[in-house]
Order: sequence, then C-alpha cells, then structure tokens
Amino acid sequence: MAKYCKVYVGVKVSIDSEGNTKPTSIVWENGEEYPIDKIKYKIPAASLKVGGRGIRYTVVIKGAERELYNEEGRWFVEKRTE
Amino acid sequence: MGKIILHCDMNNFYASVECALNPELRKYPVAVCGDVEERHGIVLAKNIKAAAHKIKTGEAIWEAKQKCKNLVIVPPNFQEYMKFSKAAREIYSRYTSEIEPFGPDECWLDITGTAKNITEGERVAYRIKEEIKRELGVTVSVGVSFSKIFAKLGSDMKKPDAVTVIPEENYLDVIGDLPVSDILGVGPSTARKLRLYCVETISELAAFSKEMEKKLFGKCGEDLWYCANGMDCAKIISRDSETVDKTVGNGITLPKDLFENEDVWKTVLALSQEIGHRLMLNEKKAKDVSITVKDSAFVTNHWHCHLDGYTSSPYVIANAAFRLFENGYMWQKPVRAVTVRASNLALSDIPVQVSMFDNVKDESKRQLVSETVEKIRDRFGTDSIMNAVVLKAVKKDKTGIPF
Repeated sequence: MAKYCKVYVGVKVSIDSEGNTKPTSIVWENGEEYPIDKIKYKIPAASLKVGGRGIRYTVVIKGAERELYNEEGRWFVEKRTE
Repeated sequence: MGKIILHCDMNNFYASVECALNPELRKYPVAVCGDVEERHGIVLAKNIKAAAHKIKTGEAIWEAKQKCKNLVIVPPNFQEYMKFSKAAREIYSRYTSEIEPFGPDECWLDITGTAKNITEGERVAYRIKEEIKRELGVTVSVGVSFSKIFAKLGSDMKKPDAVTVIPEENYLDVIGDLPVSDILGVGPSTARKLRLYCVETISELAAFSKEMEKKLFGKCGEDLWYCANGMDCAKIISRDSETVDKTVGNGITLPKDLFENEDVWKTVLALSQEIGHRLMLNEKKAKDVSITVKDSAFVTNHWHCHLDGYTSSPYVIANAAFRLFENGYMWQKPVRAVTVRASNLALSDIPVQVSMFDNVKDESKRQLVSETVEKIRDRFGTDSIMNAVVLKAVKKDKTGIPF
C-alpha cells in the first residue's frame, strides 16, 4: 500500500474584492513553484492519508490532480513516500 | 406531529481524534491515557482495536498493557479534542440551531423544523454522519427518534458509524427487549431494584405500574415510567458547550501527595482562580462553595457551605473552600486530589441585600481587584498574574500547579 507524509508548503494566493482566497501556485520545499492551472473542488475535508483537516482544494497542476489543504491558515499536501 | 430528535455520538472520541491526526495509528490498538508521573495513569479512551482486547475506559495503564502487549499509548490533547468538538457542532448547526451538548463528543439535535417526518430525519442523520466522516475524519453514531432518551438509546445501539431509527409508532418492537439499564439514567442500583420486581426489559418497565415506580424511586421513577411509555417530553436546551450550567468546578489529582495545610491552600487558591475566571466569563456569581478531597487511600470527603452573598471572587471562593477543608479534614492520610466547586449560580448583576454589618467597601475593592486580574489574564495570558503564594511555588516547579 502506498505511503504518504504530510508536507507543509508555501502557497501563493489571490484575494478578490470580496475577500475570497484562491491558491494560485504551490511553492515546494526547494523553492520551485508549481502554478495551479485549475481548482476543481473546494470542500471542508479531513486528510485520511496523512491526518489533519481543513479546506481541501482539488487542484490541477500540469494536468495532474492533487489535493491541497488549508489547515487553520497553513497549507499542506500529501506527499507519496513509497 | 411529534418531535424529531437526533443524538449524535462521536465514536471512541479521543482515540478517534488521535487516529485522525495521525492515520498511522489506525493499524494499532490505541489508548489515550493520562500521565503516569502525574498520577493520571488511566485509560481515557481507546480505539476499536484496543476495545477488542477488552480494554476498558478507566482502568490503569498497567492493566491495559497486560491485556494487550502492543497497545500504543498516546497522551491526551484536549485542545485538539475541543477543536473537533467545535467543528462537529458547526456541522450540526447546518441543520438546526437547537443543539444541546452532552459532553464534548455527544449532542442532541432537535430537527423538527428541518425534517417533516422520521424518514426525513433519518436522511438528515445519514448526511450528518457522512459530513462528519469526510470533514473531520472520525465516525459518528446517530440515533433518530421522537424523544431525547430514545435518540440517545438509538445512538448506543449500533456503533461505530451507524444510524439507528426508533420510530414512535412501534418503538417497543425495536427496543422493547433491551435491558432497562440501557436507558440513560438507569444505573446499576435502579436496575437491581427493578429486577426484584421482575422488571428487566424496557417492555416490562413500560407495563409496570406507574404508582409503584413512583413509590420506589420518587419523581425519577415517574419520569422513568413516562420515558418507557414513549411520553418523555424533555426539550432540547440549546446552549454553547462553553456555557456553564449549574456548577463551576475545577479539580486536580496532584503529582505528589500533600501533607500540610499550606500546600492545600495553594492548591485551592490556584483552582479557585480558574473558577472565578469561568464565572466572570459567563457573567455568573455563586452562593455555594464545596470542596472534595481524596486522600492517599482513595477515600473521598466532601464538604459544602453557603456563602453570605453571591460572589465570583476567586479569593472568597478559595477562602470558603479552605475553611471547609481546615474544619473537616483530620489528616489521617495525606491528600491526593482536590476539587473545588462553586454552585447555586445566579446572573452577576443579581441585586444583593447588604447586611448592616457587611464591609461593603472591602467587598467592592475585592471585586475590583478580581476584575482587574481578569483583564490582565485576558490580555497577557493566564500565567501573567497570580497570587504571590502560588507564584513562589510555580517558580520552583513549572507543572502548572504549585509544588
């Protein structure tokens, strides 16, 4: 079974005039930036793979779907380790 | 139309939260346990894998370890539990504002306004169950019924992650054969007494004489009869889980036994500080104070007194509690645990009849000091200001309580 770990990441966001926050890119540990092409869903959810909960954004990056969580202001992703 | 009440019970709450925060734990039997060093070394909660080893809440860690060698022990993290509890309530509030908490992990919900009938009630229950699972990563058991007692009974019937419906039309078909002790409020002693009259199941309780029940158990017996006959009409009392009810208490099992009055006074003072804080936060004052002391032989003593007037002053509460202790405790054994309680609460702006002999000036000065201390604690944190006698002890040891 695949194993995952929780990795907190930097996220660039845009905030509209209503105050709504939208992540636009993920900044990885080494400083590399991954622009978010599309946000497919945004729902409150728990991460069953690495633990924790918050607002889950299902995002598309370079054509692949990934899940990005906003946990009380900090952002994390589920990184596959095996 | 009758009411539609849900009772939501988060399964194995503390242990489930630990597993939600660290999913690796799900593979193992897990028990959330207090600190052995601080003499709180008992099982507070366990997950299903640990329960399969017959580990029970409340038993000592060493007993639990004997039953299951690879038991994973995790320390409690109450801040996280409260966050989950609050998040669950936010989910419930999507369906109703009539929410009555019953501890951090259980709530009653009156959804009569949301659901037209029990089938719709069941649908709401399933939605809540799924939302809790998806958003919090923990499971919940939901009971759906027409009364609080039966909704609670329903949530206990199937666990974990389940919905149980007890409809008004044929409730005895669903729960009639269950033992009376499954009803909330029927403890071992009541069940034993009922057994003497051949009342063992809920059906038998419903068929039992109301007068007889009243004779045996007083008002509670009558209520129990109404409940078994589907006539329990207790309402949901909506309130915030933070709101105080009838009593504000604070207690501690001490890291080391106490041998002297002076140390007990420091403990009582530290405990009362928090009581005063909670009273002021809820804009309440108390008229009664009690203290419970457990000695090293686990013998518990309890004393209670009425104050001359209402107060929220930690000093007045501490003083009254300590006086009770001084007069009542014989020091045959050292003190292991202390709990102070303030009860008989009233709103803080309740008019007060001042006696001719009261020193009103002193009292208002004391009140001003308490309020100022509150403001400082609020602004700079709870450790920013405390009684000098407690402060001296805290400097020696940073365990939170003074020695």
